[in-house]
Amino acid sequence: MSTRPKLAVWKFASCDGCQLTLLDCEDELLDVSGALDIAYFLEASSAPVAGPYDLSLVEGSITTPSDRDRIRRIREASARLVTIGACATAGGIQALRNFADVEGFLSIVYAQPSFISTLAESTPIAAHVPVDFELRGCPIDKRQLLEVLSAFLARRRPAVPAHSVCVECKERGNVCVMVAHGTPCLGPATHAGCGALCPTYHRGCYGCFGPMESPRSRALAERFEQMGVTDRDISRVLRTFNAWAPGFREEGTRRAEAATVAVTFRGNRARSGHESDRAEDRR
Amino acid sequence: MTHRAPAGRTLKVDSLARVEGEGALYIETVDGRVADVQLRIYEPPRFFEAFLRGRSYLEPPDITARICGICPVAYQMSACRAIEDACGVVVDGPLELLRRILYAGEWIESHTLHIYLLHAPDFFGLDSAVALAGRDRPSVERGLRLKKAGNQLIEFIGGRAIHPVNVRVGGFHRVPTSRELQRLRPGLERARDDALATVEWVAGFEFPDAGHDYTFVSVREPDRYPVLGGRVVSNRGLDISDAEFLDRVTEEQVEHSNALHATLDGDHYLCGALARYSLNHDRLRPVALDAARRAGLGATCTNPFRSIVVRAVEVLHACEEALAAIDAYEEPDTPALRVEPRAGVGHGCTEAPRGLLYHRYVLEEDGTIADAVIVPPTSQNQPTIEHDLWHLVEDNLALDDEALTRRCEMAIRNHDPCISCATHFLELERVDR
Repeated sequence: MSTRPKLAVWKFASCDGCQLTLLDCEDELLDVSGALDIAYFLEASSAPVAGPYDLSLVEGSITTPSDRDRIRRIREASARLVTIGACATAGGIQALRNFADVEGFLSIVYAQPSFISTLAESTPIAAHVPVDFELRGCPIDKRQLLEVLSAFLARRRPAVPAHSVCVECKERGNVCVMVAHGTPCLGPATHAGCGALCPTYHRGCYGCFGPMESPRSRALAERFEQMGVTDRDISRVLRTFNAWAPGFREEGTRRAEAATVAVTFRGNRARSGHESDRAEDRR
Repeated sequence: MTHRAPAGRTLKVDSLARVEGEGALYIETVDGRVADVQLRIYEPPRFFEAFLRGRSYLEPPDITARICGICPVAYQMSACRAIEDACGVVVDGPLELLRRILYAGEWIESHTLHIYLLHAPDFFGLDSAVALAGRDRPSVERGLRLKKAGNQLIEFIGGRAIHPVNVRVGGFHRVPTSRELQRLRPGLERARDDALATVEWVAGFEFPDAGHDYTFVSVREPDRYPVLGGRVVSNRGLDISDAEFLDRVTEEQVEHSNALHATLDGDHYLCGALARYSLNHDRLRPVALDAARRAGLGATCTNPFRSIVVRAVEVLHACEEALAAIDAYEEPDTPALRVEPRAGVGHGCTEAPRGLLYHRYVLEEDGTIADAVIVPPTSQNQPTIEHDLWHLVEDNLALDDEALTRRCEMAIRNHDPCISCATHFLELERVDR
C-alpha cells in the first residue's frame, strides 16, 4: 500500500487541455508521480484506484444531468478539490450557450436532438460543490499547476497572484500595446498567470485567464469604444472563454444588447440560426 | 482446461482509458457470433458549430482551438485556411514555412504523447507510462524529452503549447527573425536522434496479426508528405478538391454516440497515420523513409497495431520537415497578410495528427460567420474503429472477458481516437443472448 497522497484527475465538458498540462510537465512528471500516487487519471492510466482521494483536480464544466451527480460523488470522495481551467472555474467557452437557446444549438449540430442529454447552461464546478482552490486559464499555466501541487504537498495555500496581466507586462518589460500601438487589450481587467503572453507577441490580451479581482471592465470597454471598437466587437471579446465569469459577464451582456439595438436599427435581419438563413441562400 | 465461450455474452467497458476524452465500448454476441458493436462516445456535446454563428471571421482560430487541447494547432490551421479561402487570400512563403514548423511541433508532441504515454504500455501489458518507467525508465525519459521538443517548437512560434496565441487569419501576430529560428536547431537535431531511436524501439514490439482492407483517405500536397491542405485522395480513386468534400462525405447521427459518424460515398473509411503513410509513403523525407523500411514497413500498412511504428516514422519526418523549413526561412516583410472580409464560402483541409480535419465557413459581407461545419478525424474514423472491433471480437471469442476487453481497448487505441474532437473512452459492455 502506498502512503503517498492519492491524486485524481477528473474531466467534465472540456478539451482535455488542462489535464494535458500535467503531462506537459515533462521534466517534472516522473517526480510528480513519485511524490503523489496518481490514483485516477484516465488520460494517462487504465488502472483506476478507488477513492477516497487526497487531492482531486477537476477539469471541465457541468453541462449534463449525469455530470451534475458525478461531481457531487467526486466531492464526497475528495479531501481537497481544485478546479483547473476556465471551463471548471467559469463555465468556459461552453457557457456561450447560457446566452442563447440550447434547443436551437442542438438542432444546428444534431439531426435527432432527442438522443442528446444536455443542460441549458454550462456552469462552473463551484456552482455545484464547495471548491478549495480555483486555478484560472484557458489553458492553465504549467508553472501555476506545479505550484498548486507543491503547495498541496507542503500543506500551504498556493501562491498565485490575483493582480492583472498589466503587472506581468511590466515585469517582462513589454511596451504597452494599447498605449503604443492602439491595440485593444483586455490585460487591465484580466487575471494574471500567463506571463503576459499575448502582448509579448504584439497582440492584445483576449482574457483567457478571466477577470482579475474587482476588474474595471466597464471603464476598459469605454476606452475600447473611444478607440473605435464597436459594441459588437467589445461583446465578442468579453464573450469567449470566460463569458459567464462575473466581471466579464455584465459588460459583455450590456454591449451585446447595445449591438443588437444597433443592428436592428440598421435594418439588418437578426439571425435565427435556421438552415434557410444561410448567407448563400440569401444571395 | 480450455475455456469455452458461453453462447451469449455482453462486454461493457465503461471508461476507456488512455484515449483523449470519454467513451465506452459495448459488444453483444449471440450464439458465438457478434451481433452488435458500439463505440459509445458520451463526452458531453459541445456545440462549437453553433457558437461560431454570428462571430467574427477572425475568431475561429482561437475559438476552434478549444475543441481539442491535444491538437489545437490543427484546428487553427484548418480554420485559417478555410477563412483565407473564403476571402481569396493565399498564405505562402515564409509565413507558410512558419505554419509548417508550428504544425510539425504538434505532430511531434501529439504522436509522442500517444506512442509513449498512451499506446506503448499496451505492448508491455502495463497500465500506464509510469508503470513503464518502472521497467524501462530511459525509454520513457526519451519519450518525454521528444514530446518536450515538439512542445518547444509550438511554444516558440505560438507562445504556448496548448492554445497558441500567435496564430491569426493571414499569418501571425509576431514573426521571429531567421537568427531566432536557427536557435531551435540544436534541440530539433536532438529530437531527430530521439525520433530515430523511437522508430527502432517500437519496431521491436510484438504485433498481433491483423490486416484490414481499409479505404484510406488523406490530404495530398503536390510534392510532399501531406500536412497543409491540397486535394483529398483515397486508395479507391477519390481525388477531389476540399470544396467537394461535403459532396462525398456525409455525417450522420447515431443513437449510441454524441459524435457524428462520417461516411464516404456511403462507406466507412480511415484517415490518420495509416492512411497518410499508405497513400504518400514515397514522399517522406529520405531519413524517415529509410527508417520506415528498416522498421519493416512496406509501401502500405494495413495492420492497425503497427500504427505505432507509422507514428514514430511521422515524428522523424516532422523533425526533418521543421529543420528544412528553419533553413529555408527568411523573415517576411509583414507578420500577416491583410485578409479583408467578403461574402462567400471557404473550405480548409489539413492533416491533424489523428487525420484529416475539415472546416467550412460561410461568411457575410462584413465577415460575420453565417454557418460553420467542422468534421474532425475521430468522427470520420469511428465507424471504421467499430468495424475493426467487430472482426477482432469475432476472431477472439475464446478469450475470457478480461483478455478480450484489453484487446479491444488496444484496438481502439491503435487509432488514437480523440473523443474531445468528436463531440464537439473504455467501458466494455458485452451482452450475450
